[in-house]
Amino acid sequence: MLKLRKYLKPFAVSILVIVALLFAQAMCELTMPDYMSNIVNVGINSNGIEDGVLQAVRAQEYEKLALFMSEEEQQIFADNYTLVTPSQASEAQLERYPALADEDVYLLREDAVNTHEEIRQALSQAETYVAGIDQMEVTLQEAMNDPNKAAELSEEQQQLLAVMQQLPQGTSVYDVLGMLSSQQMADLSAQMDEVAQALGESSIDTANAQYVYGEYTAIGMDTEAIQYQYLFVNGAWMLLLALGSAAAAVAVGFLASRIAAGLGRDLRHDMFRKVESFSLAEFEHFSTNTLLTRTTNDIQQIQMVLVMMLRMVIYAPIIGIGALIKVLNSDVGMTWIIALVIVVILGIMTSAFLVVLPKFRITQKLMDHLNAVVRELLDGMPVIRAFNNQKVEEKKFEEANGRILKNLLFVGRSMGLLMPLIMLVMNCTSILIVWVGAHQIDAGVMQVGNMMAFMQYAMQIIMAFMMITMMSIMIPRASVAAGRIAEVLESEPTIVDPKQPADFMEEKKGQVEFRDVSFRYPGAEEPVLHHLNFTAQPGKTTAFIGSTSSGKSTLINLVPRFFDASEGEVLVDGVNVRDVSQHELHERIGYVPQKGYLFSGTIASNLRYAKEDADMEEMRKASEIAQAVEFIDAKPEGFDTPIAQGGTNVSGGQRQRLSIARALVKTPEIFIFDDTFSALDFKTDASLRKALAQMCKEKGSTVLMVAQRISSILHADQIVVLDKGSIVGIGTHKELMANCDVYREIAYSQLSKEELEDE
Amino acid sequence: MSKRSEHSSAAMKRGHMGMRGRGPAEKAKDFKGTMGRLIRYLKPYRINILVAFAFSICSVVFMVIGPKILGNATTELTEGFMAKIYGTGGIDFAAIETILLQLVGLYLISTLCGFIQSWLMAGVSQKVAYNLRNEMADKVNRLPFSYFDRQSHGEVMSRFSNDVDMIQQTMNQSLGQLISSFVQVIGYLVMMLSISLTMTLLALVVVPLSLLLITTVVKHSQRYFAAQQKSLGDVNGHIEEMYGAHLIMKAFNGEERSVEAFDRLNDQLYDSAWKSQFLSGLMQPISTFVGNLGYVGVAILGGYLAMQGSITIGDIQSFITYVRSFNQPISMIAQNMNVLQSTAAAAERVFEFLGEEEEVAECAHPVEIFDAQGNTSIQGQVTFENVHFGYTPDKIIIHDFSMYIKPGKKIAIVGPTGAGKTTIIKLLMRFYELNSGAIYIDGIKTTDMRRKDLRSLFGMVLQDAWLFNGTVMENLRYGKLDATDEEVIRAADAAYVDHFIRTLDHGYDTVINEESSNISQGQKQLLTIARAFLADPKILILDEATSSVDTRTEVLIQKGMDKLMENRTSFVIAHRLSTIRDADLILVMKDGDIVEAGNHEELMQADGFYTQLYNSQFEAEEE
Repeated sequence: MLKLRKYLKPFAVSILVIVALLFAQAMCELTMPDYMSNIVNVGINSNGIEDGVLQAVRAQEYEKLALFMSEEEQQIFADNYTLVTPSQASEAQLERYPALADEDVYLLREDAVNTHEEIRQALSQAETYVAGIDQMEVTLQEAMNDPNKAAELSEEQQQLLAVMQQLPQGTSVYDVLGMLSSQQMADLSAQMDEVAQALGESSIDTANAQYVYGEYTAIGMDTEAIQYQYLFVNGAWMLLLALGSAAAAVAVGFLASRIAAGLGRDLRHDMFRKVESFSLAEFEHFSTNTLLTRTTNDIQQIQMVLVMMLRMVIYAPIIGIGALIKVLNSDVGMTWIIALVIVVILGIMTSAFLVVLPKFRITQKLMDHLNAVVRELLDGMPVIRAFNNQKVEEKKFEEANGRILKNLLFVGRSMGLLMPLIMLVMNCTSILIVWVGAHQIDAGVMQVGNMMAFMQYAMQIIMAFMMITMMSIMIPRASVAAGRIAEVLESEPTIVDPKQPADFMEEKKGQVEFRDVSFRYPGAEEPVLHHLNFTAQPGKTTAFIGSTSSGKSTLINLVPRFFDASEGEVLVDGVNVRDVSQHELHERIGYVPQKGYLFSGTIASNLRYAKEDADMEEMRKASEIAQAVEFIDAKPEGFDTPIAQGGTNVSGGQRQRLSIARALVKTPEIFIFDDTFSALDFKTDASLRKALAQMCKEKGSTVLMVAQRISSILHADQIVVLDKGSIVGIGTHKELMANCDVYREIAYSQLSKEELEDE
Repeated sequence: MSKRSEHSSAAMKRGHMGMRGRGPAEKAKDFKGTMGRLIRYLKPYRINILVAFAFSICSVVFMVIGPKILGNATTELTEGFMAKIYGTGGIDFAAIETILLQLVGLYLISTLCGFIQSWLMAGVSQKVAYNLRNEMADKVNRLPFSYFDRQSHGEVMSRFSNDVDMIQQTMNQSLGQLISSFVQVIGYLVMMLSISLTMTLLALVVVPLSLLLITTVVKHSQRYFAAQQKSLGDVNGHIEEMYGAHLIMKAFNGEERSVEAFDRLNDQLYDSAWKSQFLSGLMQPISTFVGNLGYVGVAILGGYLAMQGSITIGDIQSFITYVRSFNQPISMIAQNMNVLQSTAAAAERVFEFLGEEEEVAECAHPVEIFDAQGNTSIQGQVTFENVHFGYTPDKIIIHDFSMYIKPGKKIAIVGPTGAGKTTIIKLLMRFYELNSGAIYIDGIKTTDMRRKDLRSLFGMVLQDAWLFNGTVMENLRYGKLDATDEEVIRAADAAYVDHFIRTLDHGYDTVINEESSNISQGQKQLLTIARAFLADPKILILDEATSSVDTRTEVLIQKGMDKLMENRTSFVIAHRLSTIRDADLILVMKDGDIVEAGNHEELMQADGFYTQLYNSQFEAEEE
């Protein structure tokens, strides 16, 4: 992947924005559980009251609180609350605090001098005490009326009960407390502190909220409204965060798709341009098929992986680490659960992949084998049926099919086990968290809502972790693709134009000369061509013949510089082809390959491929010589007949003739026919060659022609006979028949003695 | 383009389409009918499937109940906690422990059910795919040749691999997911209803909203997906075309033009690619957001209900879990519906193939031409009587052809490329059915024989020498499966092939690879001659093509063929007229029609098309 990083440069800003957006999204996602737990924790559990900070408190209730408040704490209270008497109360105040009608109430000042936190701390302890004593009073009252309950009381409570029973009816615990000596008061305080300690720091707020709720009810405030307001505010915040997260995700999606598509476009462009600049040597090095898959599938794959990287791979660690920080900040006690789960899941996944991946690879091989058998079934159909071997083939197929069945069953079943197993682990994680959490809550280190939030964080961390694991499987494959692409992009075409191209020599126009030319494929041990020397003159036909792999096509490909000679010089118009620009060189050559290849378009657009401004007359003339005019005219759309890619909608012979016509439209100095005529039947071949010869004579064009049929070259001006890459004879048919063994051998294998002597 | 590369490019194109559940679903013409047929294939496994369904339901039910029980645990926890604050009690760990242990048990059972379900379904889907493939392979052998004139090999192969794969994957994954998703939806609904009707109603309001949003997005994105698919096809097409024609592009200085055209297509692709990618990426954030909307709504309503005292906090908590989970099976169903559509299209192609018309049935009372020992008295006399034939009924290419051929004669068929020389051969071996007329062998109508018996009379050496992946010995024995090694070697020797085989690396045990690329074209031809020798047929068919064979091998091939033809009726498709001057009968074909018939001298005297053909071999420029 790294090799292609420079392609990401144009998108650097966008990528930074994506990272920022992903951070924002992660923030939203991570803060959301806070609000979720607030809604359950405070909104529903504590009636929407967050802590012990009172909005209003009755004067008589404050007296109780003041009993347990230090001087400083009482000062803070005095600074922040104003006393309102029933006579001072405004209409609005009366409505909000109905108790104002009968008694004095302290209200929290709008312009409180101390912070919320300071007020909370000032009130916290006193509230806990008062709430505790209120609770105790209820218990004691009950006990006074019910001897059974009295038996359950603790020793201190029993003592207090005894004191209270001696007092007249209606005396409250506070009256009793007022009567206590300072020593007794301190003892009681110590006892209360012990209870508070047991409740735990975080529980105190919840407990105080309950106390506040009781006081509000006593004042007659609309507690439901308070609760709703809390729920709505927190709900709105949560939705806002959800919206923010969604918006960030959408924005990331937008940028990521543009970056990935843009990278794909740039890569494709560079790849294509590079490949188009390649010479045949590079094409043979890579092979057309791999170049194709590299430009198409490989880039497509990179594009897909990049989108996922931008949207998920970057996100997973952000959210994972973020969640981890949250977890570490809040409840250190349970982090080990997450570590444990990650280890377990990692173990499961690794072992699954260790077991399944090799089988996957085998399956791919088996699948290829099955395809091969099907291909055999289809390609060999005539033979199979002729020999009545259908049963044999069916058995062969069933075997291949059966092997796939066995393998895929294993893979499918193992993978089928993976998902439920991971689900089980996740579910057990929840259970474990509740179990451990219950103890933490009991110890007072944690609240129920916090435990639920922890569960969410834990899931987020585990999910992020699984995502990274999944990605780690995908990325190696993408990086293989990237490597394959980089390999193409980095390879330089071996055939390049000289810096200062030479000019062609006008006086040697059309002349092709080989001077001691040898050629060896890169990395090959043996040269394909050995020290070739010959000259092809303008207006004349030079033919090349020899058995397969004698190097005929290679030789002819040196002229348009599809390859460079390893030794010696190839001269066109008296200049070495290495010294001129390829463009200029190709302008002088009309090339017809062994396989007629047409482009998608029309017949006319194919002919114009050679000469963009060719007019109708030129095209007609070329088609006439190529013996193509007859079938073109037979088509209803004539020259505008559509041609499918590769020319598959015309017959092989027609394709070949159009491919010849294309070269003819150009009227070049030099014609190259690479075994062009063997696909034509004898009759067409003969008429075509006749017309061609006439034209070349008129225009003075050089013809270089590779042939297999002796009959095609009988009348060439010069025949070059090749055997294993060396020239074994040059001359006319007659001369060669007289003095070249190889030529004679070829001739006799194709034509009978009489036929040859008929000549 | 060769059949092979045709296949690979077809597969490549299909490959892009086949990204599961992403592109626009390829639609089946008859969704219901196709699915019905597919279900019939599942019939033998109905018990397995029913059991799998039962387990799937169990698994989901337990999965669904889970959160409620976990909710009980938190309720217990909360109550205990509150009690502790008020000093009236404490957390009842025993109760929580019981609940959690129950949960562990429940999840274990659920997982086990899930295991069993996927185990069974994997088995069923693989076996159905296995059966389908076998059935298709059998079908290939029963299809008439005319089918393969219409259908490329690549197309057929893609049905074997891509389409069957698709069906198998869908049955394995999507079917299970679909079922468990439905069960989940129902399960969650029931659980939600058991907690609170009002809250359930609220939660359900969110579902159509999310569905509406998602379908809108899907509709838009499908348009761009289609555009992307088309652009991708265009770009890949251009790449394929230009790489394939690299030489021509170079030779005609087409580089700039090609890059220009490419850039235009590439920009179009960029445009549709990012849009479709972006739109499809919208779905997840939207449904998550809608899910959160539901969450807040439920929380507020839950708060209200809790105040009324009609619901416990634990219930709210599990309800919230259900609401969050509820969206998941619904989007799973939406996603799988898409996959189901593509599967139906794939299944339709497979069934279409299986439903193709087969070869005409064998006649009811075939003439026995072989005795029990496999010997025959057939001499190899062939008669064509008023034969009419056309590859398509509206285009008859052989009109009223009649011919009497004595046993042991050599018949040559000549004509330009594409004249239909192999048609006669195909009719003779009954690869195709005649439109009218009849062909007799030793006076017996070929349609009155079993195809198997008829074809046993023939031996073939074809231009496209076909060998399979196996040893040379196995390949030769293909002509006569019960031949001993000695018989094979004797036949090879008779065909002048023995010597060449012994020069191979491992002699008769040399393995010919899948591409048959480790031996040359000419060598392949030699092996097929030996194979025909071993079969010892009454009638021979030779398609003599030596265009890509070097001169020395060619001499060997010719020698082998001559030897093979001795004392056999033989049909020779001739590419070079010099080799068939001695034929007893030459059939001259042009544009699918037999235009002349006779021996060389007669035909030369007639001065017709044959004479033209013959002379054009020597025609020269200077004429």
